[in-house]
Amino acid sequence: MSLLQSYRLRLRRKRYRLRSLRKGRELRSVVNRTKAIRPNDLLLFSTLRNERVRLPFFLDYYRSKGVGHFLFIDNGSEDGSAAYLGEQPDISLWSTQGSYKASRFGVDWLNRLQARYGHGHWTLVVDPDEFFIYPFCDTRPIQALTDWLDSCGQRSFSAMLLDLYPKGPLDAEPYIEGQDPLEIVHWFDSGNYTISRNHLYNNLWIQGGPRARAFFPDTPKAAPSLNKIPLVKWHRRYAYVQSTHMLLPRGLNKVYEGHGGEMTSGALLHTKFLNTLVEKAEEELERGQHYADSREYRAYHDHLQNGTVLWNRWSEKYINWRQLEILGLMSKGNWA
Amino acid sequence: MTVGFVMLVHTALERAAQVARHWAESGCPVVIHADAKVPDGDFQAFCDSLGDLENVAFSARRQRCEWGTWGIVGATIEASERMLADHPSLSHVYLASGSCLPLRPVPELVAYLAERPRTDFIESVTIEDVGWSKGGFDHERFSLRFPFSFKRQRFFFDRFVDLQRRFGTVRKLPEGLVPHLGSQWWCLSRRTLEAVLRDPRRSEYDRYFRQVWIPDESYFQSLARLHSVRIESRSLTLSKFDFQGKPHTFYDDHLQLLRRSDCFVARKIWPRAERLYSSLLSNDPRVTKNAEPSPGKIDRLFAKASDLRVRGRSGLYMQSRFPRSDRSAGPYSVFEGFDSLFENFESWLGKVTGCRVHGHLYNPSRVEFSGGEKTYNGCLSDSARLRDYNPCGFLTGLLWNTRGERQCFMFGPADNQYPQVFMAGDPNAQISVITGAWAIGLYRTNITSEVVRKEAARLQRIEHAHVELLRERWTKAQIRIWTLAEFIEAPMDNLQEILDEISLNGPRRLTEAPRLMDLSGFGQFLQQLKNDGMNLHMAGDFPVGHTPAPLNPTARPYLVK
Repeated sequence: MSLLQSYRLRLRRKRYRLRSLRKGRELRSVVNRTKAIRPNDLLLFSTLRNERVRLPFFLDYYRSKGVGHFLFIDNGSEDGSAAYLGEQPDISLWSTQGSYKASRFGVDWLNRLQARYGHGHWTLVVDPDEFFIYPFCDTRPIQALTDWLDSCGQRSFSAMLLDLYPKGPLDAEPYIEGQDPLEIVHWFDSGNYTISRNHLYNNLWIQGGPRARAFFPDTPKAAPSLNKIPLVKWHRRYAYVQSTHMLLPRGLNKVYEGHGGEMTSGALLHTKFLNTLVEKAEEELERGQHYADSREYRAYHDHLQNGTVLWNRWSEKYINWRQLEILGLMSKGNWA
Repeated sequence: MTVGFVMLVHTALERAAQVARHWAESGCPVVIHADAKVPDGDFQAFCDSLGDLENVAFSARRQRCEWGTWGIVGATIEASERMLADHPSLSHVYLASGSCLPLRPVPELVAYLAERPRTDFIESVTIEDVGWSKGGFDHERFSLRFPFSFKRQRFFFDRFVDLQRRFGTVRKLPEGLVPHLGSQWWCLSRRTLEAVLRDPRRSEYDRYFRQVWIPDESYFQSLARLHSVRIESRSLTLSKFDFQGKPHTFYDDHLQLLRRSDCFVARKIWPRAERLYSSLLSNDPRVTKNAEPSPGKIDRLFAKASDLRVRGRSGLYMQSRFPRSDRSAGPYSVFEGFDSLFENFESWLGKVTGCRVHGHLYNPSRVEFSGGEKTYNGCLSDSARLRDYNPCGFLTGLLWNTRGERQCFMFGPADNQYPQVFMAGDPNAQISVITGAWAIGLYRTNITSEVVRKEAARLQRIEHAHVELLRERWTKAQIRIWTLAEFIEAPMDNLQEILDEISLNGPRRLTEAPRLMDLSGFGQFLQQLKNDGMNLHMAGDFPVGHTPAPLNPTARPYLVK
């Protein structure tokens, strides 16, 4: 990488930070309990819209994993999500009617909040349908992982997005509030992921899985990215570039080993394919606020109409993180 | 007759206090040195929390214990002197840290040491032997000077080392001293420790070690050699280092492993490992069986972890392992031209070898998985577009998904040629080529038009380039190349040669022969192409009137070498 190029990336990072300052003005504080944040707390940041039914289980899950404080951005929910979140003792909430698309799909808002409240903390950025798992997550809280990453001098942690789907049609079984979504969606694709290296940002670009297979078989390039770096020891100078797929400075994207070894990595169990997607797909299509003209939602919409089944006889049933590690989807690295 | 503990603490003071209390209440005196970096308020609270114990003392002077520097040794010396002075009846002194945790009841340790009153437990390896340290210097620890901090003044540290290397400066060792290295955590007998601390030449040694790199791993280790009568070169503290020389941490889920290790003390423990602290800090004699320490299982666990980090799983490409060049996950066989020459070659091959046999995986229109499946192992799709989006990734993925079962597939010049370079460089690949055999397919269409001639020329060009590639010197695959004419001369021998390498049950005589395609008239077809100006040289010299006899497995005796 030339000096010029790294200087350009530096400028780009500054531009994103300025942009997040500007877009951050769209955020209106609803409940601010950030004074309660203690110095070593793990912070969870999330943007949401109409996810009320998912929230109780989501919060329970992450509380049990050791999250100290939640910082939510509510992008115009109409289903009472905001009221529910406002009642929780460990949550700070901002709301905005601003355009999701114009804030680069929420990234600008998140960058703003992270710079303000996340500096010096380990921060986890996930959507309400994503569940973070990592090696030994059944016996160790996330702090065990972050303490260990600290001792290794590692500032970021990779967790690839793993799409889970039900056995039958996507809308066959309704999701009930408080229920573990994994009771309904617990099947996944174990080995059809394609990886390439992005030389500019130094990250890996992962695609594949059920969405590529079922929705984008003829245009694989358009399939959603699955590489994610959701856990970062935040510094106010950092910036997410595109969702949580990559960051600047680009050293944070080096979460893989290029010489044969395996670095420690986790996964984000993606429980998007619940019956709630049906309504959401229609609404989001109308709003047109998603990436690349909401092509993903268009595909969902079309396939939901046809009753597409993602399951096939090679689908794997999710058991635990050890299974994913054996399948080679995540790795313990040298954390034992 | 008892043992005293010297504790060096710098973080997680509550845990350190908990352990100190355990030792003190079990009758062992404790002297604690807290790092100068610990804030005064925290230190005071820490002292107060142990204030009710009269056999717990604190070093008067708190030194800065930065990793790799003399401070740690200085603190140890001072605390040890205090310990020896205050407790004249001690037989051993045990050096521990604030993140150490006793695994066995204290009376067992006391009894163990009482049986070995003159033994010093200190790992001490001469630097002439196999390298002990992980990453970092061996000899140079002793021959160079290290006035700069590794962590805070890295630039000057590195430059100063470079400078000394360039000028070849070598420090003179104090006379009689043989440098030894070993774990920082030791348990020395009173006699040895006193001899070390009261050595008339100590000031000379101290001066020397002040500028040695990581002196806490060499000061006592070297000096004990001068005074000890009996050294057991091992540490009673279980402490494992990873590939970067950083200590491994123990968590709640290691409880059973730690219990079974029968070691006396382990480090380092994650401060929030509640279950470890609550279940191991006890003097209940029932939990152990008075055995010799045997950390073998833990060794293996950590060795495996380091191996995964450094080498990883061969053939796996994933989010945190993406090697620039790597082999595939397991052996596989590529057959080129065989399915044109033999009828139903795939099913015959599957039956004979017991391997998984696919058709043309790189067929431009769709992936021909075994049995014509739409999706395959790992949910790989048969979509040619998805495959061609990352053709090598498709192959490595398939081989990873099916590891444990040998995969065979057909390949030819009509297929997507992209993965050929990877396969040629992959030591797991077995590639067998019958050049020109694809022409049989053309011949069987029974057309000899301009179109066929063009197609033949195209395929021949592709195959020619492919064969050139396979003949490169750098290839690592097991490669066999015959022209069609050569192969036809002894097909069964050639097949046998390939299958001997594949067959699951070792070399076996072929009892069932595959059926050759009907080749009568193929010679004329080649001649016709030639007459039209297209020389199909890749097939070799196929005689014009040649019609090979049907194959018979018993006709040619096959000798096993």
